[in-house]
Amino acid sequence: MVHKITLTVNGYKRTVEVKDNELLLDVLRDKLKIKGLKAACWRGECGLCTVLLNGKLVKSCLVLAVEVDGSEIVTVEGLSRDGELTELQKAFIEHGALQCGFCTPAFVLASHQLLLENPNPTDEEIKEKLSGILCRCGTYYEIIEAIKSASNFYRKKQR
Amino acid sequence: MLYAKLVTSTVPHAKIKRIDFSKALQIPGVVKVVTGKDFPYRVGMYAGDRDLLAIDKVRWVGHPVAAVIAESLESAEKAVDLVDIEYEELPAVFDPLEALKHDAPLIHEKMEEYRHSPAFKPIPGTNIANKFTLVKGDVERGFREADVIIEEQFYIPHVSHCYMEVQNVVAHYHLDGTVEIWTSWQNVAPIRQIMALSLGIPHNKIIVRIPYVGGGFGGKAGLGWEALVAVLSKEAGFRPVKLVLSRREQFTVAAVREGFYGFAKAGFKKDGKFIAYDVKFILDAGAYADYTVNVGRAVGYSADGSYDIPNIRVESLTVYTNKIPTTALRGFGYPESHWVLEQIMDRAAEKIGLDPAEIRRINLVKPGISETCTGERLREDAGNPEKVLQTLLEEIEWNVPPEKPGEPWKIRSKGLALFVKGPAQPPNAAASAILKFNEDASVDLLIATGNFGQGTITGLIQIVAEEFGLPLEKIRVDYIRDTHKSAYTWQTVGSRGLFTDGIAILRAIEDAKKQIFRVASEVLRCPEDHLELVNGEVRVKGKPWEKIPLQDIVMGYTYPNGNSIGGPVIGRGVFMSTHTTYLDPETGQGNPTIFHTFGGAAVDVEIDLLTGEIKVLKIVQVLDLGRVINPLLVKQQVNGGSLMGLSIGSYEQIKFDERGWVVNPNFTNYYLIRIKDIPKEVVWKAVETAQSDGPYGARGVGELTMIGIAPAIANAIYRATKVKINQLPMNPENLWKAFKEQRPDLFDEALKMFIESKKLVEVRA
Repeated sequence: MVHKITLTVNGYKRTVEVKDNELLLDVLRDKLKIKGLKAACWRGECGLCTVLLNGKLVKSCLVLAVEVDGSEIVTVEGLSRDGELTELQKAFIEHGALQCGFCTPAFVLASHQLLLENPNPTDEEIKEKLSGILCRCGTYYEIIEAIKSASNFYRKKQR
Repeated sequence: MLYAKLVTSTVPHAKIKRIDFSKALQIPGVVKVVTGKDFPYRVGMYAGDRDLLAIDKVRWVGHPVAAVIAESLESAEKAVDLVDIEYEELPAVFDPLEALKHDAPLIHEKMEEYRHSPAFKPIPGTNIANKFTLVKGDVERGFREADVIIEEQFYIPHVSHCYMEVQNVVAHYHLDGTVEIWTSWQNVAPIRQIMALSLGIPHNKIIVRIPYVGGGFGGKAGLGWEALVAVLSKEAGFRPVKLVLSRREQFTVAAVREGFYGFAKAGFKKDGKFIAYDVKFILDAGAYADYTVNVGRAVGYSADGSYDIPNIRVESLTVYTNKIPTTALRGFGYPESHWVLEQIMDRAAEKIGLDPAEIRRINLVKPGISETCTGERLREDAGNPEKVLQTLLEEIEWNVPPEKPGEPWKIRSKGLALFVKGPAQPPNAAASAILKFNEDASVDLLIATGNFGQGTITGLIQIVAEEFGLPLEKIRVDYIRDTHKSAYTWQTVGSRGLFTDGIAILRAIEDAKKQIFRVASEVLRCPEDHLELVNGEVRVKGKPWEKIPLQDIVMGYTYPNGNSIGGPVIGRGVFMSTHTTYLDPETGQGNPTIFHTFGGAAVDVEIDLLTGEIKVLKIVQVLDLGRVINPLLVKQQVNGGSLMGLSIGSYEQIKFDERGWVVNPNFTNYYLIRIKDIPKEVVWKAVETAQSDGPYGARGVGELTMIGIAPAIANAIYRATKVKINQLPMNPENLWKAFKEQRPDLFDEALKMFIESKKLVEVRA
């Protein structure tokens, strides 16, 4: 059966037809052409398809699109405004927190959410929060450095 | 766009009796189903042993037998399940030691027909895809003179590259015979070469394009799916076709790293001198060994590591089995040879009564004097292994005993391993570069250097910016590699990119500078050798006010009256190694590589004797890079390589059942290191022994950072417990068994202390 669903993706209303069995991941990437989220395992193990669904981090390969009609979704494309990178994204570049870059959108998005919730995280808290996302290039140390260096901006924002 | 999906074998070794895809064709959206018989091509780079789809016979569980082409992925997936294949099963062989027996099932009957590179020796009528032999000195005499002899067996299981982006290809066969390929691969040139040779298409009618790649680690080098998808596109009526592997297929269909056995016998004098080494390597190459034959060669000629061993004999057999095919993985045979050698060093040190660092110092090669086991005299500026070792000892505080952990059933220990590596490549593996100036003196750098996360492109851009005195932003390398538009480079593999492509670029810069100075010399009325390039200007040396900005020259210089000289500046440069050779087929003697990067790794670990858990607290890596061009990129390679080495050393193993099925083809059952598992600290130090023919003296580094980790951990365990860990992975299960078997006394003591501590807690409670 085909359903018409409406999502707010990165601030824009998008209406799309989906089948019962279509994953949010595939709808976002293939139908709405949002390519920041990546597909790499299709079973919730690698975390690269992570999106913010109504303000919560979820793996979009574990969500059926038809379930989330009316939801608000933010992907990495929705973080920066007018082509200017966010301070967190700049920190990722400055600290070399990416190599091939394939996992970077997921880590940036998850780190952003982590800092919103806890703008002063310890190493252990960062590790706990981000262990659901895989990086084979092994940029984990640099990711921790980038988060800590960008945390200042999130603390300011909170004040 | 059409979508392709592979129908794969469910049996390990069988004749294909019948393929019935009539039901699959009834699925709406299915365009065509093709089988191996439709394309009787043999493809490959080194062994030349691969079919596009199985022809007559399947050789592993996962062997693609047919491909479904459909209008949607969903239709293709549905149709795959409806392809009915009837097999006549043949006896299968899963262990390379079994496959070497004379009555073992023969996996490749027509090996003599394979078009293999002259560097390899397949043995038709057996399961040996390549036999590599190396002989130097007299190993028997060496053993007679030895005071101490060590004999050990080692094992490393199959592992997967686990690059995050799965393999994927789009191919479009056009009506005019041109084939366009878009693929997630490391290099454009070998794809074109393999397709041209196997499909008989002229090189300039094959256009291979590679955008950003989500990781490679060697698993996207050599042979891919491009030739198959190209013929699928033709079969589907010249429409573009896309093939994307699933993660499961990455573990069961795509090539992985081979399984490995090492059988070593080593002879030492009482004073610690390593005088005889007899080693046999057996590589479990799986059903196809196109690239692994070269891993078999590299593991063979790297057997001596960083040491001067006068008598050495190596036999390295790359052996077919009915398992998943194998290929290159970061380190390319060197992690395997060093897993053996670096543990032998510690075992010998223990037996002789020497410190592991001391026995290494005694046997280190001396550049300028020593020969490697292939008889190559190391150039004087090849590196400084002695300084590498010294720096490593200082950084890990080798002589400071580690603190005792609070819980008495745990122990702390330090271990180390040295390593050396050069690129494993054909002797004539060339590189080239073209750079062209634009009107504003910005530069387009046209290179084919692979860009899959190593950051080499940044290093190369830095070289161009530095030489022309331009800011980095003025130099652009397009993000798409393109056989039609990029200058040729053989491959970006083996840590060679910065070295080979860097040299080609330096020569292109020199060529461009000549053109610039020729024009500037006329305009400024000054000899060319009195000119210099500073901040994007050509200046007369010593008279910085006499100058022309680059943008006034790079499209030709125009005098006030309109007369013009020069023209658009295009620089070209090449790299060609002039001293590398094929190795002698009997003795393995010759010059296999363009540089050797020396390095060492040391670890500080905490060992739980009761559970077999290892916690690595600190990793130190020291590398003689020649010259560090970008410290951040080196740091990334060190951190990344350390974690990959730790992950493969601690967790990773593709497990097969008795019928050859992979039982853990996913990231739940095949564990990869996650951010919560990282050691507290990774530190690195560079030793910079500049190599005169390298770019600014630099050597490659990417793979090196992985080689030393596993043997250093095993050595740390051995040093503290005398428990030998000859097999990877060093997971709690394997280590717990090893502690219990080899040191029941230690284990029982630890258990006693554990129980005591619990009693105390109970009493206090």
